[in-house]
Amino acid sequence: MSPRAACRLDTLGFGQVFDYVEGKADWLARGLPTEGERAHERRAGQLARRDVATCRLSERMGDVRPRVEASPYGFALVVADGDVLLGRLRRAALEGDPDRCAEDVMEPGPSTVRIDAALDALAERLDGGSLKTAVVSTPDGALVGLVRREDL
Amino acid sequence: MPSPVRAEDVQRLIGEGGQLVEVLPEAEYAELHLAGARNLPLKRLDAQTTADLDRARPVIVYCHDAL
Repeated sequence: MSPRAACRLDTLGFGQVFDYVEGKADWLARGLPTEGERAHERRAGQLARRDVATCRLSERMGDVRPRVEASPYGFALVVADGDVLLGRLRRAALEGDPDRCAEDVMEPGPSTVRIDAALDALAERLDGGSLKTAVVSTPDGALVGLVRREDL
Repeated sequence: MPSPVRAEDVQRLIGEGGQLVEVLPEAEYAELHLAGARNLPLKRLDAQTTADLDRARPVIVYCHDAL
């Protein structure tokens, strides 16, 4: 719809017309400011906790494990530059060979939810999968944090 | 010709005086819209309804998503 609107404005003589093609969905997913009747509703990004252990691809399990033990969770998330989420290290990987690096033992591409995920839908999703946490990411794939089921 | 922009460009353009325009129907706009946006539904976009827009400043239009 917005390409047609942008074109129409162009034909009406507006000289500087820009089309934010990704639109409202993208804006919301980035947690950027909104207004309106539903603007006050809380969403996943607002509940995301930043206390999960993270590591880089090249880090040894022996180095990552203490950070996980100091966190409230039994796993770590593997991130690249810009906190782009690459994988997840489960307990079995963390308790294995301490010299193996994250890249070799991570589960790639963990499921995530967007910052703007509605909390009721998120609770339903977690309950449906018997999950205790959801990983929240930006549209660009950057890690935002974790939402715990008990916080919903 | 209109140029496609991303969220970071939108924020920059707003800082430079850009005018945000949501082209979805009124009910969707009333529910939720980008902060500072005005509503000009596509079906009513013409010379009269756009008369209030400043032609000297950038205009950024958006709807829900790319689909």
